[in-house]
Amino acid sequence: MNIHQSAVPILIVAAPLVASFILPVLGWWKRAAAFPVALVALTFSFGVAIVAAREVLTNGPLQYFLGGWAPPWGIEFRIDHLGALMLLLLSFITLLVAIYSKRSISRELPEREVPFYSVYLLLVAGLMGMVATADMFNLYVFLEITSLTSYALVSIGGGAAVVSAFRYVILGTVGAAFYLLSVGYLYSVTGSLNMADLSRILPALYQSNAVLVAFAFFVIGMSIKMALFPMHAWLPGAYSNAPSAVSAVIAATTTKVAMYALVRVLFFVFEPRFSVEVIPVTTLLSWMGAVAMVLGSVMAIVQSDLKRMLAYSSVAQIGYSVLGVGLATTMGLTGALLHLINHAVIKCCLFLAAGAIFYKTGLREIRQLRKLSIKMPWTSAAFSVAAFSMIGVPPLGGFFSKLYLMLGAIDEGQWVFVGAILFSSTLALSYFVNVIRYMYFPSPNPDADAAVPVSVGGRPEENTASALSMTDPSRDEAPATMLGPMLILVGVTILLGWFNGDIVSRFLSPAILTSFGR
Amino acid sequence: MTEFVIGHFNIITYIVLMMIGFYAMTGKTNLVKKLVGMNIFQWSIILFVVSLGAKRGATIPILLDDANHDRNPEVVLDAMQYVNPLPHVLMLTAIVVGVATTGVALALLLRIYSQYGTLEEDELLETIRSAGNPSAPSR
Repeated sequence: MNIHQSAVPILIVAAPLVASFILPVLGWWKRAAAFPVALVALTFSFGVAIVAAREVLTNGPLQYFLGGWAPPWGIEFRIDHLGALMLLLLSFITLLVAIYSKRSISRELPEREVPFYSVYLLLVAGLMGMVATADMFNLYVFLEITSLTSYALVSIGGGAAVVSAFRYVILGTVGAAFYLLSVGYLYSVTGSLNMADLSRILPALYQSNAVLVAFAFFVIGMSIKMALFPMHAWLPGAYSNAPSAVSAVIAATTTKVAMYALVRVLFFVFEPRFSVEVIPVTTLLSWMGAVAMVLGSVMAIVQSDLKRMLAYSSVAQIGYSVLGVGLATTMGLTGALLHLINHAVIKCCLFLAAGAIFYKTGLREIRQLRKLSIKMPWTSAAFSVAAFSMIGVPPLGGFFSKLYLMLGAIDEGQWVFVGAILFSSTLALSYFVNVIRYMYFPSPNPDADAAVPVSVGGRPEENTASALSMTDPSRDEAPATMLGPMLILVGVTILLGWFNGDIVSRFLSPAILTSFGR
Repeated sequence: MTEFVIGHFNIITYIVLMMIGFYAMTGKTNLVKKLVGMNIFQWSIILFVVSLGAKRGATIPILLDDANHDRNPEVVLDAMQYVNPLPHVLMLTAIVVGVATTGVALALLLRIYSQYGTLEEDELLETIRSAGNPSAPSR
């Protein structure tokens, strides 16, 4: 397929980047201007992402040379089928979370809208850049923009958030440093940083020790960034202590983009046969994915805090995607990428619901959510549908991605992985149904549920106050700007299930074929 | 052995520095020391990549003999005469990123100190746990 020159790839990145610098100036003049500016920039990005997706589907991949310098000397931005889908997903989710954040941020961070939206836009620019760039070092820069803004956004959560953010800084920097080292080694043997150029030069150098070292450091660095199981230590604290809107956006985007970069380098810069035959990293990855899946789910079951449970569930879901990548087959990779998209949408919706519950009731403990379905029926419904999709109930999106993963594992004859997927999904069923049970069907004896040690969560007086408020189950739904994004994401989950065949055949298959077909 | 050490001097240096940084990050309980370790870790890699561009007896990457070049382009385009500037330029960017990371980390440490009055990790975790925060980071 021909590649077309277009300014679209740079526009997607430039819009939030420029807006994030205009915003503090406008905000200094008028604080209320911050939110509309952010909204305009994100809407523009989303619009351009739609244009890019249409262009890619009709005419093939788009590319843009920064400063007019052709690769391999200049930096190249390139959007192929997979990139177009990722950009669409990222711009959509960040736009929805921005709409949601208007109410939650004015509550959780009063008078801090200007810096918040400025950093938020910078995060979006970093995410878009990581997907759009086709240059290894440029990817490092965007990776660090994404990470630095995530550190800042996590740290404003209050309480132990600063400590979690510091831990995230240390581990995230180690991950990025490993990535930088791998770029250094690759450059030392190939003399190129452009991904397409590297994929031409590298096959002749597959036996070189420097390439092997570069590859190993790359995989470890990205595993830290995407919180693959033994390297996930930063994730639960960062997700559970961040402000609600930040948890939703970080859970839905940062680990996914790192995952996307892993897939890009594993299968598009290197050939699949390198990561399967020369260095058996895919086997290792699929085992780590399987372990992450099971242990993440086990850890999620024992959590009493809703957001922390969702965070450990994320560790498990990353395991699913990594397992699919590790299978290194068309079916496995399709499942991995589809699951990545489903997980982004679902986890965003779940964190938004958790944030709405916190906004209205101040509750975070799962046990305190008694009769929430009476108080907040729409939020409870959105949470339940998203949870069912995550478990893998058939008509919803999550079912199909797990189906692809299972079929991929069966094709390979890896029955252990089939068992791990089923077992982990069963565990997911148990921890999500536990929450839904408290929401909809609390035990008839209120003391049985209320008789939990109050010292587990928050300050004691806060708990008794909120427990009292829950005994009065009058209807008190979240505001429309918070409810809207959640319900839209629920709709997207259903559509992802309905149109999963279209997504695979139009976006994923053409992208995967360029790697596995050659 | 001696030849190996001399031949791989840059690689050995960066690995030693990296391990020192790694030790400080994992072995020390003081958060500032962890941050210093993180910095050593980062700089060791930057040092290594800069060393890739170094070349004995080469000159700065500006065309030596302009008059010659006009008459016969092939003569001057001998890459061996020039130092590769790209690793240095890339690392300039990486240094900026490193400075930004250090800045963010120091700002976080200020917040941690004003909030908890300590920068020792064990005391910090003790304080957070006794405050009864369910989402306190575990060790």
